[in-house]
Amino acid sequence: MSSRRRTALAAGSAAVAAALALAGCGGQGFDDSGNDDAEGLTSSDDALTILYGASGEAETQAIEAALAAWSEESGIEATAVAATNMDQELSQGFAAGSPPDLFYLAPEKLAGYAANGSLEPYGDLLANKDDFYPGLVQNFTLDGEFYCAPKDSSTLALVINTDLWAEAGLTDADIPTTWDQLDAAAAALTSGDTVGLAFGAEYQRVGAFMAGAGGRLVSEDGTTAVADSAENTEALEYVKGHLEDGTFAYAADLGAGWGGEAFGKGLAAMTIEGNWITGGLSADFPDVDYKVVEMPAGPAGQGTLQFTNCWGMAADSPNQEAALDLVEYLTSADQQLAFSEAFGPMPSVQSAADTWSTDNPELAAFLAGADYATGVPTAAGSAEVIADFNAQLESLAAGDPAQILATVQGNLEAVVG
Amino acid sequence: MALKAPGRRARREDARAGWLFTLPVIAVLGLFLLVPVLMALWVSFSDWTGRGSPLAPGVGFVGFDNYAAITSGGGLAERNFGIALRNNAWYVLLVVPLQTGLSLLLAVLVNRAVLRGRGLFRTAFYFPSVTSSVAITVLWLFLFSTSGAVNQVLGWIGLNGPNWFNDPRGIVHVALGGGNGPAFLTGSDFLGVTWWDWLSGPSVAMSALVLMAVFTTSGTFMLLFLAALQNIGPELDEAGRMDGATAWQRFWRITLPQLRPALFTVLTLGLIGCWQVFDQIYTGTQGGPGKTTVTPAYLSYEAAFTDQAWGQGAAISFVLFAIIVVFTVFQRWALRERDTSKRVARRLAKEARA
Repeated sequence: MSSRRRTALAAGSAAVAAALALAGCGGQGFDDSGNDDAEGLTSSDDALTILYGASGEAETQAIEAALAAWSEESGIEATAVAATNMDQELSQGFAAGSPPDLFYLAPEKLAGYAANGSLEPYGDLLANKDDFYPGLVQNFTLDGEFYCAPKDSSTLALVINTDLWAEAGLTDADIPTTWDQLDAAAAALTSGDTVGLAFGAEYQRVGAFMAGAGGRLVSEDGTTAVADSAENTEALEYVKGHLEDGTFAYAADLGAGWGGEAFGKGLAAMTIEGNWITGGLSADFPDVDYKVVEMPAGPAGQGTLQFTNCWGMAADSPNQEAALDLVEYLTSADQQLAFSEAFGPMPSVQSAADTWSTDNPELAAFLAGADYATGVPTAAGSAEVIADFNAQLESLAAGDPAQILATVQGNLEAVVG
Repeated sequence: MALKAPGRRARREDARAGWLFTLPVIAVLGLFLLVPVLMALWVSFSDWTGRGSPLAPGVGFVGFDNYAAITSGGGLAERNFGIALRNNAWYVLLVVPLQTGLSLLLAVLVNRAVLRGRGLFRTAFYFPSVTSSVAITVLWLFLFSTSGAVNQVLGWIGLNGPNWFNDPRGIVHVALGGGNGPAFLTGSDFLGVTWWDWLSGPSVAMSALVLMAVFTTSGTFMLLFLAALQNIGPELDEAGRMDGATAWQRFWRITLPQLRPALFTVLTLGLIGCWQVFDQIYTGTQGGPGKTTVTPAYLSYEAAFTDQAWGQGAAISFVLFAIIVVFTVFQRWALRERDTSKRVARRLAKEARA
């Protein structure tokens, strides 16, 4: 009996020792004491690892080519790793104290990672920091600190199937610039198995109408939740009305995974998507002829949503100076135009705008939207609030817009300010 | 007496050898199971934010704060947890009885000696169990898509099938014809979910997942029942036949009571598996539509990895652990061997007196 207890004790202390050993391993991440100082970036000969979420083969190739070119120039090795699950792989890296040096970072994830000190704020050290669109920089600024360089931008616009447009007897003069004209066009285009306009059941699409009505989820300075405004209610009432009369539909209700698929399959004559749709359509539906126009103006004028990601830099990276140099290289006008040509994103720097518009005249509506676009909320925890909002938007046709917005308001108040 | 001392020493040496042989397993289980579980338990009581080790000096003890956040306070975390529990409770309520019943039925069918091609049926019923759940989930997404095979078949008999994986309506609500519930149900709530919503039933999307779980697991449990059935000797059944019991009576009164251990295993495994459902959600629906397929296991993952609320994620998993333990203990109690001998003895004694 006593020997058994002794052995159990021994096993127990072995487990404790193992736990302590684990603690010892993980704790190393806290030893890099120089990291707290924004000016003092770490520097070493270590190779860089870049974690990215690829939209497809084109993006992978473009990034690898850019890294190879930079490595040749700088003499520092850089490896690109495609993430299969960005959140999970980043979290594992941060917890283990060995994160990738640079990574794609969505604005709604910024606050969470910044709060636990995983991110190195380097925005103000960028040589080209004044070249970025201020609206984009706003997405990555937290408590007055510019954390990371926007790597690209996207806006939503109205995409029109020109064949179905002509079949319905519509001409260029009918291209909608107001909600009323959109009503008329959607009604004319709705017939048989085709609805006028389809888009995803999410804030990231429906929000374009909220912007057109002059509504936002969070005030411009990011300090107050303003989700339950009359403007937002008006926008949701408008969408609800058309979901009910059948001229608008959610892509999922048509049996499509996203707006682009519904559009490509001809289930919808119009859709609201960002500039990534061009890649999707040319890959899956090369025969569809389409035209991109700006979002029709709502009661409060033109409005759309803007999306962006940044190049996040890890606080635990051993070679931040090289990483900074790489970011400057990747966000330069030339390199962003090359990315744009390869896989479609719009540049995040103003100096590339003119060339981009000249190169892509048919997509000019996307860039035009950048002038009046609204960003998505970025406070810590807002991603969860938007996920909840999206869940409620799915049943908007049967729901009560004011009640949905009241829930969102309550949830947002808990995370904003 | 003289022999006793070396015997004891030999026993001690045996014990030592025994520990030596089990040491690798203890070390492996300790390192990869016990230590992580204990660390997760610590995380659920800490304010760890996901950077560096949870055992590092900067991480503080916050008591039951994380548990409080998911069970009270009226925030989104509480409502999400309530919704996840609601979804999973309906899932368990439907899957466990259905899979147990179906697997027992299948086992009885393929156990019959007269059945031709028994091997073929056994293999066919078992096949879904050995297929990867990811593959089955993808198959299900196709079968239950708007224009998928299931809706086509429903169309033949004039039914307009729902948009399965995009339909967040609860089936109980649908059966009641939609609309809003009575005020006494919508007026008050538990864990941020109104009683009316607790009673919504699984959503149409979740119902498709229920069917999938029944489809995939019945084969495994059929095997357990089959093994138990083959262990039952024919004597009692023959005795029952001699006494004039019908096949139905023999099954309920003679066969089923002998299957009690197998039944306990199946119910317990089914219950644990159902409360832990994760991969179908992760690969299939990601909690949608309208959060109606979020389960605590998936919510725990989301809270930790997506929302960086590591303490809450760990807290959810320990609440889930507690739920499973409570249900298992209850089941053990409900299915215990009842002391029938006393009653039988009394009756026998009465008969003897008469």
